[in-house]
Amino acid sequence: MSELSSAAVPPVGTDDHGRGTGIELVVYADLGCPHCAVVWEQIKSLDARIIFRHFPVSNKHPRSPALHAAAEAVAAQEATAPKGAFFEFVDSLFADRGRVDDPHLWERVERLGLDLERFEADRRSEPVAKRVQRDFQSGIRAGVVGTPALFRDGQPANPLKAPPAQG
Amino acid sequence: MIEPGTKAPGFTLYNQDGEEVSLSDFAGRKVMLVFYPADFSDVCTDQLSVYQEVLGEIERKGVQLLGVSVDSAATHRAFREKLGLEFPLLADFHPKGEMSAAYGAYLDSIGITNRSLVLIDEQGVVQWVHESPTLNDIPGANLIFDALEEVDAG
Repeated sequence: MSELSSAAVPPVGTDDHGRGTGIELVVYADLGCPHCAVVWEQIKSLDARIIFRHFPVSNKHPRSPALHAAAEAVAAQEATAPKGAFFEFVDSLFADRGRVDDPHLWERVERLGLDLERFEADRRSEPVAKRVQRDFQSGIRAGVVGTPALFRDGQPANPLKAPPAQG
Repeated sequence: MIEPGTKAPGFTLYNQDGEEVSLSDFAGRKVMLVFYPADFSDVCTDQLSVYQEVLGEIERKGVQLLGVSVDSAATHRAFREKLGLEFPLLADFHPKGEMSAAYGAYLDSIGITNRSLVLIDEQGVVQWVHESPTLNDIPGANLIFDALEEVDAG
């Protein structure tokens, strides 16, 4: 692990996972976290470009590292896969948190039309582990202490908070 | 809160397994005290869980992490097991808050500790202190590494 002292939230780059258009909202999320599942459902309908960054907290959610590796393995096939496979996979993990054992993951991979054998190899590969770790470390350096953690323009954001009452 | 440069008050508290733990046990090693209000206080916003994720890196820098709250050893044991923590949780249970008060971390009016971090050096001197402005303001793990950088540079 590299140095973990404070650093700003890294700006959104070309290899970040993004969906939608509009103002960029960076979300550090744990795929095993029930709070993240609830917030994910809400932010999906926001008029914003959602940027997903991995933040598995394994001691709270022991299955999370495997889920994040799986999601990143899906992303690795996006060049040849139907558009949006990564986010479709993430959506389905949050929507059905009770079905995340390996057979359930394989089912999802096959439904997305991906190469299952390649998925199985990629999810255990060092590049995938490093990619997840990169996001996690950037979250630690930015002071993330819980999930989900949302940022806009490098600052903590809470787009789901109701605006103050007018008048 | 206790000021940097002060000799760290000695203490002996029970850990989650009912064993006595003293500051002097860690002479020659840096100690980071993590004062936090209560076990089981929040879901998915767990300061201690995040610290656990980077515990290896903290320990590689020669630091012993110790969590402290006024909860009992039994509660600490259950909380630690639930979160899968691998660093000790110390019970400042009886006399309630006495150790935390010596560090300026006890909120006497509500009977819990504040959220703060205290870095003690190998000679038992406080080198760095961080107190959260509110109980809801949770110090990230990055602050621990900032402290170590600052102390090593100083």
